Amino acid sequence: MSGGSISLSFEVNGRPIVVETAPVQRLSALLRDKVGLTGTKVGCDAGDCGACSVLVDGEVVCACLVPASDVAGRRVRTVEGLSNGRLSALQQSFLRHGAAQCGICTPGLLVTASALLDENPAPSEAEVQDALGGVLCRCTGYRKIVQAVMNANRPVAVESGTIAPRAAVGASPIRLDGERKVTGREIFGADERPSDALSVLVVRSPFWHATFEIGDREAFIAAHPGIVGVFTAADIPGENRFGVIPPFADQPALAEGRARFRGEAVALIAGERDAIEALDPASFPIAWTELPYCLTTEEARTPGAKLVHEGRPDNILTQGLVESGVPEAGLARAKAIVEGSMETSYVEHAYIEPEAGYAMVDGDTLVIKACTQAPFMDRDDTAKVLGLPPEKVRIVPLATGGGFGSKLDVSLQPLIGLVALKTGRPAALVYSRGDSMRSTTKRHPARMQARIGADAQGRITGMIFEGDFNTGAYASWGPTVANRVPVHASGPYRTPNYRAVGRAIHTNGPISGAFRGFGVPQATIMQETLYDRLAGKLGMDRLEFRLVNALSDGDRTTCGQELHGVGIRQCLEQLRPHWERALADAESFNKESFKTRRGIGVASCWYGCGNTALPNPSTIRVGISRDGAVVLHQGAVDIGQGSNTVIAQICADASGLPLSAFTLLGGDTGITPDAGKTSASRQTFISGKAAEKAGRALRETILRFANVSDAAEISLEGTVLVIREGQAVRHVSLDNLPADAHGYAFSAEETYDPPTTALDGKGQGKPYAVYGYGAQIVELEVDMRLGTVRLLKITAAHDVGRAINPILAEGQIEGGIAQGIGLALMEEYVPGRTENLHDYLIPTIGDVPPIETILVEVPDPEGPFGAKGLGEHVLIPTAPAILNAIRHASGAEIEKVPATPSRVLAAIQAAGRKP
Amino acid sequence: MDYARPTELEEALLLLKQKPWTVLAGGTDFYPALGAGPLKQDVLDINGLPELAGITETDDHVVIGARTSWTEIMRHPLPPAFDMLKQAAREVGSIQIQNRGTVAGNLCNASPAADGMPPLLALDARVELRSADEGQRLVRLSEFVLGNRKTALRPGELVTAVHVPRHATAGRSSFVKLGARRYLIISIAMAAARIALEGERIVEAAVAVGSCSAVAQRIEGLEQALIGRYISNISELVVDYPLSELSPIDDVRGSAEYRRLGAREIVERALLQAAFTDAERGVAA
Repeated sequence: MSGGSISLSFEVNGRPIVVETAPVQRLSALLRDKVGLTGTKVGCDAGDCGACSVLVDGEVVCACLVPASDVAGRRVRTVEGLSNGRLSALQQSFLRHGAAQCGICTPGLLVTASALLDENPAPSEAEVQDALGGVLCRCTGYRKIVQAVMNANRPVAVESGTIAPRAAVGASPIRLDGERKVTGREIFGADERPSDALSVLVVRSPFWHATFEIGDREAFIAAHPGIVGVFTAADIPGENRFGVIPPFADQPALAEGRARFRGEAVALIAGERDAIEALDPASFPIAWTELPYCLTTEEARTPGAKLVHEGRPDNILTQGLVESGVPEAGLARAKAIVEGSMETSYVEHAYIEPEAGYAMVDGDTLVIKACTQAPFMDRDDTAKVLGLPPEKVRIVPLATGGGFGSKLDVSLQPLIGLVALKTGRPAALVYSRGDSMRSTTKRHPARMQARIGADAQGRITGMIFEGDFNTGAYASWGPTVANRVPVHASGPYRTPNYRAVGRAIHTNGPISGAFRGFGVPQATIMQETLYDRLAGKLGMDRLEFRLVNALSDGDRTTCGQELHGVGIRQCLEQLRPHWERALADAESFNKESFKTRRGIGVASCWYGCGNTALPNPSTIRVGISRDGAVVLHQGAVDIGQGSNTVIAQICADASGLPLSAFTLLGGDTGITPDAGKTSASRQTFISGKAAEKAGRALRETILRFANVSDAAEISLEGTVLVIREGQAVRHVSLDNLPADAHGYAFSAEETYDPPTTALDGKGQGKPYAVYGYGAQIVELEVDMRLGTVRLLKITAAHDVGRAINPILAEGQIEGGIAQGIGLALMEEYVPGRTENLHDYLIPTIGDVPPIETILVEVPDPEGPFGAKGLGEHVLIPTAPAILNAIRHASGAEIEKVPATPSRVLAAIQAAGRKP
Repeated sequence: MDYARPTELEEALLLLKQKPWTVLAGGTDFYPALGAGPLKQDVLDINGLPELAGITETDDHVVIGARTSWTEIMRHPLPPAFDMLKQAAREVGSIQIQNRGTVAGNLCNASPAADGMPPLLALDARVELRSADEGQRLVRLSEFVLGNRKTALRPGELVTAVHVPRHATAGRSSFVKLGARRYLIISIAMAAARIALEGERIVEAAVAVGSCSAVAQRIEGLEQALIGRYISNISELVVDYPLSELSPIDDVRGSAEYRRLGAREIVERALLQAAFTDAERGVAA
């Protein structure tokens, strides 16, 4: 940005300021970089997401679209100006309702909602939606935001605020990191930057497949004052191959002469911030030679197709298989058989925070502060690429503004690390929205076929499933998808004769990786839509058909695993009255309506928590310091889902200490043990179990020290530990105790690794120790002339084993449903065409209907306090339930998602149902 | 690159005479086009020009100044013929965009999906252009936007206002936008309709469709077919009309075939809403 410089006077949050700035500088950049108000977030720089919303003279605007010159003499209000010494009623309401998850969209929402409330203190739901329609949230599903704004000015009963010892589990304390999120004080990847940091610009391939030669670097540097270095694959000191699954690691941090997908990093330009911002990337000397490419699995599997990677014949990265019984024979004795195919699209994670962070050298250690879901994996991959021992790389996670799977893979970490190592200066990088969308992972597009048969009583006799999953140019989590899908493709139903094959196929498309569900949402669309057709063929009620087949305690899965604590039946039974009411409503509506038809759909899910048939340990440390603080080393990265709060609740109750006594340290690899990655719905279960063990161990250590029984109660009074058993009271002065190896007066560290076994050649074994279950009902209307779909209500019953924090659990369900809505109705990432948030559509606040959540608690014998995972389960039933409801309403059988109006209308016509 | 923020129109026109400038008003198209890259163009910021602000009414025109935002359109009291423009205004991006984005900028950006085009075409709008050498000229909107991202703006010219002639402000109007989500929509198709009635007989009709051709189109054949008929005939007339003015394409938002079907349906809906509008069907004013 240039255009000279002006001296700009304006008022920010009531404070007059004067700054030097380029006149066309975006107001968002001015506020963040010059005024230091980083509460205003940047999600797209195009007015598509609303994260940067601020008030100018009371009117809400996207600060990324306002030239600095335009605020001269005007009043600007940001999130930092909403609280005046204490939180505003709106901020408190956000906390109370659980309306902030990751928190990246929260400032924009708060600012926008405050403008509404200034004019209308008690808005209706529709008024809230109209006012907030321009701010995207990817975590919450918006429902708690709507409630928080509607109720902001309603009187609230005064609560005691503190939770008694051993009462944290099952309560819904306000999230422990909540206040930072509603005040704009939370520090995300782009919010911190050393003043002497270099900026880094990543040169990326504009082609799907191309070789390249980089020209005269020295001349380029000489011609651009302020540019200090250009780095390529040749500069990488370690092994230029990373990947989340080490045996499949295949991705170069910087491509070596050949780029395999559009957006692949090929070189880095490092320079002073102004120089990088003024640099025209087109001036970089690089010559490209385009090569043939393939973008679809059919092209990639065509005999003779060019291999994306030598040594991976037929472009197959890997294939997973589960087979049990005799599938053909099972189908042969079926009374009814259905068969179908289903195609899904690339889905973009679309977290509102693009990847961001910085690296710096601290003594002999490379420190990287960035957003992430997996600090230890980042550490090990970065160390490998940069040729450092892992302990010489320290990952300090900054707050992560949504992840959903994509921030499991390293993105900028090895790049900024390389620049910091080579230059000795801190190196900062913030991805643009376009770079984030082009270069990071997606949900696998799938092409699936399946046949399912049932006997006259509606019992499934057999199922055969096959799916090709487009894994893109590099492995990422492709193997996980290929292996997880066959385990889950039956749904939570008894399927005695079964064969499922999942293949991860390389193309030159975007890399497909982890996205909430690892392929299971796609496979469930196939299975659950066929279930509706099968129930129809048998003349059975669709919900009862599912109940006939639902897994029960003691049943074996298609992998031969005996299950316990199975809650799918309870979920479906809880839904039954809603199902009957909804069907009756739809029937009576449809008697008088022809242009608009109502439909009801149901679908189930199950999902194994943690790695598939692989070790997956978490370690949690908790200590009591000599100055009386209970310190939880909470390494289960909270990307908004709430692990900071949930893990602390579990540890508190296991230890018997009150939750309010706990202080959290985050997943800094320098100070906190490895609690594994935030993925696979594993944190509440696995890290939660480790926290439970650590809490109990801490308690036992103290009890042993005090020589009392397990009946004793422990409390803290300043630096004195008070232990009561019956009439006896013991006081332990913590500051008199010696520090242990971790520096604490008392501490405990425990590891938990779920008991799983490897799968054999036919996928038989015990791939997961814990499964979670759920089912959802969708009620909707289809406009028969336009093919548009309006959702009316979603009722979601999820078996969580034990709801550690019911409000956070509801937040997961509502947020997962919103992503399921997107998958079903609008999200289609078209490589090269939708690299922004206006061509790539995610649900807005007006697209998520009322959601009724039913928390079912069938305790799991293995989980902490009986808890199961939830994070991914929640989006799995939504899309198939929507498709089933569309078919019920209109007859349209959708074979490719998203079910855009165009596709729905074509399917209505194909079904011969146009009114 | 240069930056200028003139405070008088004459000054702006003199600058435009010297060299090409990128005009910056609301910024809602300027900044997305800039993306993450450095600024390469010279920027003429017209936000300091009071002459271009606000809506004024003359005996024979409603004049929408070039800096007028969508929010100002919504808030300004205007006759029911403008309801379709107000309804379109509410569908432009988000409130954040409506507070900044200008009607004139929407036309200058010349997107096939410009929300302002169908209603302004149905209002027979003219674009007021000024230059230092040639003074002022008025160009019919249908002759101003020439193609995707292409306008009749000449070197040295600045769009200073949009004029709606009084003769085109009879009757009632409605706008329908078809998209795949509730807010922040780029339309798959949109329709604006204005009709004037004598009793239940249609005496004047203006229909325009956007996002179904490179430039939004008036559907003049249908307008002719409607005139003299009754509002009860609207549906049959729309069903029978070939919509040959449209040339939709397949894209990520919808197929060409879908756009043809959808356009017909929303034209009918817009006409019926305009025909049966009553005081209870509120429009933001």
